[in-house]
Amino acid sequence: MIKLMRYFVVLTVIVTLAGCNLGPLKKRGQKTDTQLEDNQYSKSGDSTDTFPAGDKLEVSSLNDPNSPLSQRVLYFELDSSQVKDADRDIITVHAEFLASHPEISIVLEGHADERGSREYNIALGEKRAKAVKQIMTLQGVTDNQIQVISFGEERPVASGHDESAWNLNRRVEILYTGY
Amino acid sequence: MVRVSSLFIFLWLSLTSVAHAVLTIEITQGSEGAQPIAIVPFQWVGNGTPPVSLKDIVAADLQRSGQFAPLAEKDLISKPSQGSEVKYKTWRALNVGYLVVGKIHGLDDGSFQVQFQLLDVFKGRQLAGYSIRSLNSGLRRTAHHISDIIYKTITGEEGAFNTHISYITVTRGEKNTKRYQLAIADADGYNEKIIYSSPKPLMSPSWSPDGTRLAYVSFINGRPEIFVQNIFSSKKEKLVSFKGLNNAPRWSPDGKYLALTLSKDGNPEIYIMNVNSRKLTRITRSYAIDTEPEWLPGSNGLIFTSDRGGSPQLYEIRLNRYQAAGRAKRLTFEGNYNARPAVSVDGRYIAMVHRSQGKFRIAVLERESGHFSILTKGHLDESPSFAPNGRMIIYATEERFRGVLSAVSVDGRARQRLSLKKGDVREPVWSPYKVNK
Repeated sequence: MIKLMRYFVVLTVIVTLAGCNLGPLKKRGQKTDTQLEDNQYSKSGDSTDTFPAGDKLEVSSLNDPNSPLSQRVLYFELDSSQVKDADRDIITVHAEFLASHPEISIVLEGHADERGSREYNIALGEKRAKAVKQIMTLQGVTDNQIQVISFGEERPVASGHDESAWNLNRRVEILYTGY
Repeated sequence: MVRVSSLFIFLWLSLTSVAHAVLTIEITQGSEGAQPIAIVPFQWVGNGTPPVSLKDIVAADLQRSGQFAPLAEKDLISKPSQGSEVKYKTWRALNVGYLVVGKIHGLDDGSFQVQFQLLDVFKGRQLAGYSIRSLNSGLRRTAHHISDIIYKTITGEEGAFNTHISYITVTRGEKNTKRYQLAIADADGYNEKIIYSSPKPLMSPSWSPDGTRLAYVSFINGRPEIFVQNIFSSKKEKLVSFKGLNNAPRWSPDGKYLALTLSKDGNPEIYIMNVNSRKLTRITRSYAIDTEPEWLPGSNGLIFTSDRGGSPQLYEIRLNRYQAAGRAKRLTFEGNYNARPAVSVDGRYIAMVHRSQGKFRIAVLERESGHFSILTKGHLDESPSFAPNGRMIIYATEERFRGVLSAVSVDGRARQRLSLKKGDVREPVWSPYKVNK
């Protein structure tokens, strides 16, 4: 109940501050492959440049498609749970935002592609999500702001059976609770 | 009212989809060196017609084993129904070693009395003869029972025809929704029964050794948790729900413990849980992924997957009274991916998912000799499970972008495919002997 009220307060803040400019809410399941491609690496360099560290991102930026916070999917190499160097900037933006908004929490959802053993893939998905979590907690995000859940290969975003689908499915999604 | 009727339609749709989800079996590779056997259609004594062809079921069973090559019906030179009618000389000319003859009596109360004899053609004598009472619903089971008797009499080993398989099916609904179902069927794919249906992923079913319960992983609450369900009453309970992973349940051979993977202490580690007291014993301690425990006979050890050496490989850890005894020892060295072990009941073989040139295949390691062989030819083969007699391995594979089940004999000689008419089928597990469905 307290949690719910908190979201209500946050929502009210957004509505008043952002003047109803909520923009397209991104929810899981609505993403298409092309949207994913738009969101991944191409913009990451530029966007982080325009948001130098130290500038506080407001809660409203969670719903701003032009905010670096809109980049919420990180991709991984085969068999690997190592965060790519290019993705560290994205994680840092989220970590700084969360550290300055301790009332907001996220779920880090780990995923794997369909190849190999299902149970090993669940463990691999968790390892990926925990690698992201570790970077965030080192930057001041508290443990109870982050929940890690792994789906392994059970929830692919791309349904194909080739490299391009597998590349999209080896991922960690950053999901803001209530956004 | 609108809500009620839409609910009704939904129920009706889900019922019809269940009715269409039937497994069919295709023998994809017969076996060289299989023994020729003639199975004569059972003579029907009674009114009407028999509900199933016992001869067809028995012939399919024996052929699937890879040990026998049943004669086609058109090649039968005569159709005796009891041993005294058999002219051995003429069957010898066909070079058939064994002959099966029998009768089905339809009784007034709707049940059946099935008589059959297994005959040794060259010695000219009976090897086995039985009379079995069967209910209408049990005729398929009687046929599998007959197959078991024939198999054991000739090979000296237990048959596994009167057993079951459990597996997960996934069907797509409207708006890209998915439905996950936990199913049980006869080992030949017939008599499919859905025992749990969920909109969230299900995985890793494991049979209790008495065949009455299945442990499995369900995401019904948004994350993986372990449930145990009685297959007859369908009554289920949540057994394990710690923070993090609650995965890979495997019942101990005595049915009192579950080996499982938990990440509550930071990273995935293997534990053993006493099913009654729920007391946990931690088995592995490493910074790597440790998962997919599988018991050795007598609960003397666990085989599991670990990437502690940099890539997923199989390890063995000895157990003493359900506690770790000594350090884990690496078992696999072929290639850089060996995972999801399955151990034959006698502990002689370990089947696994092996990656070779980017393709995932089922391989088998003979523990004593260390002999390693790749048994399958697919790209995405996974989830091997041994028949309780250790002769066949059932596994999940992909065919034209659909998940199907296949089975291969441990020597790689015989192959069969079980396919669901629609949807994906995955994670097959073969039941122990004792299932009284």
